Parts: sequence; structure tokens; C-alpha cells
Amino acid sequence: MNAVPQAIAPAGETEHAIRARGLTRRFGHVTAVDGIDLDIPRARIYGFLGPNGSGKSTSIRMLCGLLQPSAGTVNVLGHEMPRDAEPLRTRLGYMTQKFSLWDDLTVSENLQFMGQVFGLPAQRRRARVAVVVEEFDLASLFKQRAGTLSGGQRQRLALAAATLHEPELLLLDEPTSAVDPQSRRDFWESLFDLVARGVTILVSTHYMDEAERCHELAILASGRIVAQGPPQQLMAEIPAAVVEVEAADTVAARRALVMDASVLSVAQLGTRLHVLIDPATPEPETRVLQRLRAASVAAQSTLVRASLEDVFVAATGFGRAAGPAAGLRPSCCSGSLRSRPRKCGNWPATGSRSA
Amino acid sequence: MIVGIPLMQILLFGYAINFDVRDLDAAVVDDARTSHSRALVADLQATGVIVLRPPSPGLSDLRRRMESGEISVGIVIPNDFERRRLGNDRAVAQILVNGSEPMIDAVARGLASVPLPVRAGDYRSRTPVFEVRTEYNPERRTAVQIVPALIGVILNMTMVIFTAAAIVRERERGNLELLIATPIRSWELMAGKLIPYVLIGLIQTTLILTVGARIFDVPINGSLLDLYLAAALFIAATLTLGLVISTFARTQFQAFQLSFLTLLPSILLSGFMFPFDGMPPLARMIAQALPLTHFVEMIRAILLRGAPLAAMQVPAMKLGAFLVIALAIATLRFHKRLD
Ligand SMILES: Nc1ncnc2c1ncn2[C@@H]1O[C@H](COP(=O)(O)OP(=O)(O)OP(=O)(O)O)[C@@H](O)[C@H]1O
Ligand SMILES: [Mg+2]
Repeated sequence: MNAVPQAIAPAGETEHAIRARGLTRRFGHVTAVDGIDLDIPRARIYGFLGPNGSGKSTSIRMLCGLLQPSAGTVNVLGHEMPRDAEPLRTRLGYMTQKFSLWDDLTVSENLQFMGQVFGLPAQRRRARVAVVVEEFDLASLFKQRAGTLSGGQRQRLALAAATLHEPELLLLDEPTSAVDPQSRRDFWESLFDLVARGVTILVSTHYMDEAERCHELAILASGRIVAQGPPQQLMAEIPAAVVEVEAADTVAARRALVMDASVLSVAQLGTRLHVLIDPATPEPETRVLQRLRAASVAAQSTLVRASLEDVFVAATGFGRAAGPAAGLRPSCCSGSLRSRPRKCGNWPATGSRSA
Repeated sequence: MIVGIPLMQILLFGYAINFDVRDLDAAVVDDARTSHSRALVADLQATGVIVLRPPSPGLSDLRRRMESGEISVGIVIPNDFERRRLGNDRAVAQILVNGSEPMIDAVARGLASVPLPVRAGDYRSRTPVFEVRTEYNPERRTAVQIVPALIGVILNMTMVIFTAAAIVRERERGNLELLIATPIRSWELMAGKLIPYVLIGLIQTTLILTVGARIFDVPINGSLLDLYLAAALFIAATLTLGLVISTFARTQFQAFQLSFLTLLPSILLSGFMFPFDGMPPLARMIAQALPLTHFVEMIRAILLRGAPLAAMQVPAMKLGAFLVIALAIATLRFHKRLD
């Protein structure tokens, strides 16, 4: 969790599953991944949280040796990537963002085929297929063609295929997009079962609740890691105070608050407003009330604990111009949470959704 | 792309497709060896329709050269040429025409009716001077010329487009990304894609051959083994071409486009419909780079003229060279990587 780049220690077989330094990938003049450093411990779930186009898939592809980095080094399970990609194949499991098994093969055929491709001997293959079918509840779908499966069933099949050869490291690229909450819960149960058996999992996601379940997390934005650490720590060390405002006239309250220089972002949740404030502000909840009273808006305010979404908003520049974020460089928190100046309008407006 | 390619095609094909066939390869068997027989040969050459290759010592050598495709026209002057010339009832000489290729027959027949200059003798007054024999296709049926070559055209179409599109589709759907993240080797991946198509190609060959023989009465004069060997070589070459295309095309649509870009010249320039003998040098050079050209040459020789594969070394080598070069390009470009 050290932010300062270091030389890679030789073959950290026991320590880290993945170490990357200055990992960069450019496509023409687009820099998809921009100098990221990673230390992913073994037998942990490590999350990549980031908006569309933030470089999650590109990073994962570099980590499993499918893309050549433009710069930087990657060490996976003690081996240089992409040089040693081929010998590592049997120890890695990769689940693509898009369902990539064969639509016109049945669940059983897909699993058999993947088993063959991974070179499992017939007996072990049969045994493993039986195990994953049980584990991922695929028995009733065994003879169904993959193309006709529902979203959640497909994800289960894809994870079953990715774990068939019992990899030590699983790279899962948005495995739960288009999956209902119950299936997502079940899916995460399976992930924790795998971790309990010593498997290391890297998972990318858009979902805050999933990110919160990870042991450790990297928040990506525009190809950079803008915050990194265990979710609890990130929430505790957020470079902003979080105030929740209950107001009758939320529109007026909102208008009044965004005028304030110390207010970093305002998001509406039903009748409440979720306000992020410059942590240098003394007594932020009183400051908010004063602001609102001055604009003659009746309201109540409470200081609350930051959620991961707040961390995300803070880390990605508060969804607005560089101005307020620039005053907020991590003087107040540990090096694990870094904000940086951002170009204006580069962000999905996560933090300042209009009502 | 939108302007350049049609423009290039219209210019190329406009010049290349030429019914005014000239310079057919020909050889003479002159058993008479008189001044008149030599004058007759000189007159025939003067028409510009034929180009004389070295003479043959006898009829069997002439037939062998026609069988292997070296010559399209044979001129046989019998040893009783002088007697025939003075008499008035029999043709003075014989023209043998390779009937296994389109249009040559009609051109050679035109040759027989070309008005010859007087100096070679007084045969203007009499008809016919020549007896024309169409070899390998005495009834002069188009099906005999077209159906064997059609095997090549159909194989070319299926093999190139199917492989190119199949691989690009897997890439588009993401199957390939999953596959390259497995321990499978590049050559296994390529072989796995190609082997089913080799089988499909051999089945197609059998099907067209059966229909050709049953319905269109196409003769099968050569050895079936030779024919299948030639077909297998051609299938391998076209599959590899498809593989090369798949490494360039990003989308299925592009794969189709690129495949058609190779298909049209294959059909028009391979000798399938039009003989090379009327084409400008550039078109002939392009034709040499197309696998179909060599396969059409081989299959007509084997199937219709009964030539053994051993006599087909030149086209077989050219096809082999195409295969090796295309395979090298495909292997260089086909990585287990996304970039
Ligand atoms: N093959 C490519 N060629 C050109 N640009 C690419 C390529 N792959 C990715 N990019 C660009 O790199 C950036 C990062 O893309 P990436 O797919 O890694 O994002 P992501 O975080 O996975 O997004 P999502 O959540 O939508 O999956 C994007 O701007 C994308 O347009
Ligand atoms: Mg992605």
C-alpha cells in the first residue's frame, strides 16, 4: 500500500500475487492506463472501481498478458508479464467483461471444451466439471445452450469455466454487470469461498456495494489510480466532511449550497441532500445550516460517515472543475488517498446529479 | 476505398477480359518436311493467332505437351502432305485443339478458315484445308470446360470467406480473447479452425464432382487420388488466404469485403472463364498470384486430359509457394495477444 514506486523484489511467491510498477498502455494518442502501481496480496479480493473508460479492462488485459504494456513492469505470481504469459496460463483464470463462451454450445459442452483447452486429463476433467456444476448450481442447465441462458446464469457459467482448472489467480472483468442483486450476492459468496481456498481474485466493478466487499480497492479514473486501500480506510480518510441535509425545498437548498466555496459536491437522495464539504471547514454541519438560513431555506443537517460513493466522488474530483478539488490535496489524510487536479468536464457527474 | 477499388477493377478487368484471343501456344509435327509444309506453317504463324513453340518429333509427344497444358494448339502435317495437297478430297493437315479450356476451340477453328496467302500453294480453291479436332471435349460442350474449374471457384469462395469470417466473428464475439488466455498454442488454434474446413472442402469437391459427372457428363480421365491431392493443396492454400485476411479484418464486414476483393480477380483472371492468351501482362501477373489460377490449370489437366500429377509440377509448386508465403504471413500476424 505504499504509494512510492519501488524496485520489484524478486519472486514474491508468498507475498504478492500481482505487483505492477508504472504500468501504462497507450492506444494511439489515448492513454488508457497511465502509470499505475499495484500490490495485490495473495488470497484476497482486490477491486478495481472506476467509471466507463477508466482503464479497468485494459489493466486486467495487461495483467494477464493479453496486451503488451507501453511502459512499466508487471509481476504475476512471481513471473514477468507478458514474457512468461504462456507458462502462467494454467495458473490464471480470466473472465472477460463480455460473455465469451460459445452461444451455440451447451453448458456441458462449453465446460468440457474449456477443460480440454486447459489440458485437463479426461478423468480430472469429468470430476472438475461435476464439481463446478454443483458449486455454481448449473445442474438444471446442463444441456441448455449457452446462448439461451439468462444474464446471471451466463455469469455463473463463465465463472465456472474460469475456475475449472483451479487457478491460483482469478481476474474477473465486471463479472456482475446485468445480474440481479440476489444473484450478485450468491456470486460474491462463491468468490469468498474461493478466497478461503487461497485463490487471489482481482475483480473490476461499477457497483459501490461490491467494491465495499473487497479486502482492498483501487479507484481508477482516466487510467490512473486516484485512491487505493481497504474500503474502510478509504472511507475513514476521505478528504471531505460529509453532511446530510433534510430540507423541504431541496431545489432551493441545493441552489444555495452549490454557491458556497467550501461545498465540494451535492447529491440528492430522495428528500435529502448529501453534501461533501472542504474538511478544513470548522463545524461543517453548522456552516451548512448557516448557508441555508441565509438563503431562507428551512433545513436540518447531520454530520454522517462517508460512504464509498463519497470516496469515489472525492477521489474522482468531486464531479466538477479543478477549483475546489485543488484546494484539497491530501494534506489531511494519508498517502493512500490521492486526489489530483483534473481537467474540467472529464467526469460522469456522479457527485452533482441534478434532481 | 470507395472510389479507388472500383476504378482499379474496371480498368483491370476492362483490359484483361478480351475475347480477341491471340498468341495461343502451338507446336508442329511436320512429317512431310517439304518446302510447302514449311510455308504452310509460316502462313499459320503469320496470322498472329498462334505462337510456335519448338516442334514435336511425333504425335505422342505433341499430345503429351497438350496434356500438360504446355500448348493449346497442335498442327500435324502428315507425310503424305504433298499428295493430299495435289489431290482434292482430303484435308491437307490436321489441327488439334485443347478443348478443355474455354474459347480456344472457336479461335482455332477461325484459324482453319483464315485465308492463306497463295505462295504456300493453291489450296485456296479447296475446302477444307484443315481437319480440326477438338481434343478432350469432342462435342465441344461448355460444361466440360466449366464444371471442373467450378470445383475451384466454389472451394475458393467457401474456404476464403468462411475461414476469414469465422475467425473474425470469434474475435468480434470475444471468443478469441477467452481462447488466447488459455494454454492453447497458436498453431493448435489455427489448426483447429482450419481442419473442419478441409473436411468441408473435400466433401464439396466430391459433391461437385459427382454432380458434374452424373448430370453434366463431365469425363473423369485422370486419377482420383491425384485429383484429391491437388484439391487438398488448393484447399490448404485458400484456407491460409482466409487466415491472412482474418488477421487484417477488424469486423466481419471487412472480412467479407477483403474476401470479395480476392474472389473477383480469381474468377475473372484465373482462366476459369477467359483464356490467359488474350490478357495483358499485368493481368497475367496478378493471375499468377492467385491460387485459383494454378488449381484450374491442374484440375483441367488431371480430370479432362488425364494428365498425371507428376506432369503438373509447375502449378503445384506455385500453389505450394503461395501456401508457404501465406502461412508465414498468417503466423507472423496471428499472435496470442490482443494488440
Ligand atoms: N483496442 C483499443 N483501441 C483503442 N482504444 C482503446 C482500446 N481498448 C480500450 N481503449 C480505450 O482505452 C480506454 C480505457 O478502456 P477500458 O476498456 O480499459 O475501460 P473500462 O474501465 O474497462 O471501461 P468499462 O467500464 O466501460 O468496461 C477507453 O478510453 C477506451 O476507448
Ligand atoms: Mg471494461
